[in-house]
Amino acid sequence: MNVFFFDSHWLETLGSPFMLKALIAGALIAVAAGAMGYFTIARHSTFAAHALAHIGLPGATGAVLLGLPVSAGLGLFALGGALVIGALGKKASEREIATGTVLAFATGLGLFFARLSSSASQQMQAILFGSILTVTSGQVVGFAIFDLALVAALALVYHPLLFSSLDEQVAQAKGVPIGVMNLIYMALMAGVITIAVPAVGTLLIFALIVTPAATANILVASPIKAMAVSGLDCLVSIWGGLILSAMFPAPPSFIIVTLSTLMWGLAMGGSKLSARRARG
Amino acid sequence: MPADKRGKDAIVLTDASIARGGRTIWSRGTFAIPTGSVTAIVGTNGAGKTTLMKAELGLLSLSGGSVRVLDRPAGAATRLIGYVPQSYTSEVDADLSVGQYVLLGVNGTRFGPRRTSPTERDHARRAMAFTGIGDRSEARLSELSGGLRQRAAIAQALAGRPRLLMLDEPLANLDLASQREIVHVLARLNRELGMTIQVVAHDLNMLLPILDGAVYLLDGHPHYAGIHEVMDSGLLTHLYGTQVEVVTTPQGEMFIQPSADAPDQGRHDLHSSSEIVNEHRHGRRTGAQA
Repeated sequence: MNVFFFDSHWLETLGSPFMLKALIAGALIAVAAGAMGYFTIARHSTFAAHALAHIGLPGATGAVLLGLPVSAGLGLFALGGALVIGALGKKASEREIATGTVLAFATGLGLFFARLSSSASQQMQAILFGSILTVTSGQVVGFAIFDLALVAALALVYHPLLFSSLDEQVAQAKGVPIGVMNLIYMALMAGVITIAVPAVGTLLIFALIVTPAATANILVASPIKAMAVSGLDCLVSIWGGLILSAMFPAPPSFIIVTLSTLMWGLAMGGSKLSARRARG
Repeated sequence: MPADKRGKDAIVLTDASIARGGRTIWSRGTFAIPTGSVTAIVGTNGAGKTTLMKAELGLLSLSGGSVRVLDRPAGAATRLIGYVPQSYTSEVDADLSVGQYVLLGVNGTRFGPRRTSPTERDHARRAMAFTGIGDRSEARLSELSGGLRQRAAIAQALAGRPRLLMLDEPLANLDLASQREIVHVLARLNRELGMTIQVVAHDLNMLLPILDGAVYLLDGHPHYAGIHEVMDSGLLTHLYGTQVEVVTTPQGEMFIQPSADAPDQGRHDLHSSSEIVNEHRHGRRTGAQA
């Protein structure tokens, strides 16, 4: 396969129904990932968020084994993991050794479930690396409902969640119920992961949730603006991934992750340069 | 402190004890801190200074006795208390702008989608002006020096318009000039706004000019005394477990000086440890309930 082989029928590909569904799904994923990525960085919970995706893996392959929808199993396991990590407190999400060990075990369990049935085996790669082009209409509707719920939840808890993300002790001393905030964050994160996995898979999810938020943090200082920039960064990555994958024979996940990383690298480089210039 | 500033007591401990992990940190704390005063919490590492502050904030529960703060049980007067924990700003997400960060002191506890009102923004702005960072609103926390970050943290606490301000080691890791500036801000808060201030401090020297009293954690018990009683070389030597002198400078301020390694010179006001222990067991140094 020549990666640089240009498909002259790319416009037709873009107009096809499966591509339309993927583009809509991509926009819905960008909204969710953009909003929650900011909190993930503010809470220093990037590793816990990454681990949630892996905790979801045995749920996904287990669901295939039982003949259930992948998203249902993934969501259930991610939510279960989220509630356990959340109940242990924000400090627990910083316990990297425990989280990493659970992450590795969950990935192993996911592999075990996948080997138990041939159909799960076939879906394994899609779960690990994403397959946004196979998103169904049902999933798109589910994503839209989740986005609405997420925006409603964030509108309700935005200030206390941000306050407790910066420092739990100060927030608690001012009367913010930090335990509840932590559970809400983790539950919302489980939802975001469930809808973002179809795009890039459990292995590459970091590049879709954390990397754009990090890029946004470099570019703007206000949380709301950072969420908007981060969402836009996600959207550019996903749509760019879809369009470029129609032109060139490269998997969308790869291009999505590449674009997201590229934008982060540019932002980093730009801020380093301007900092050096400011110093003279 | 003028007598007219003294209202009800701001913090009252009654036979309070605290244990963590089965170990008693300190016990039988009975004292009252007057409203409008500036108090330090002093003691050696591990004596439970931060634990005492957290108990007063209601972040840790007592194993016995009671703590009342601003006439309410600990943890019930959250809106009226500003809290700046140790190395607060070095641990928070530093990408946030100073203005947004301070504003959380006003709207950080509010649920629901309501826009921040002009009055609330004004509170945040005034808090930043008071601590001398009014022109740094747009800067990111990460771009500020340690001293300015500490002022931003105090501004966040002030933005909620507290009556009591609690700071844990606010001078730690700051250079001398920054330390002086923070002390100056605290002095003005107390003088101009009549705010009650409590500070956990390792080193009393910098704070001495503004202190009305101190809670000292000695032999596992917290005691409160006026600052002149605390400034006793015998007590301080016993408290810190190392030789300490009290000297009077030409400015009339008193300083605590760990003696140099050289042999002692001059006259010292020294008590033996047992003498001090005896004194404080008989409660002669705890009678601060004015």
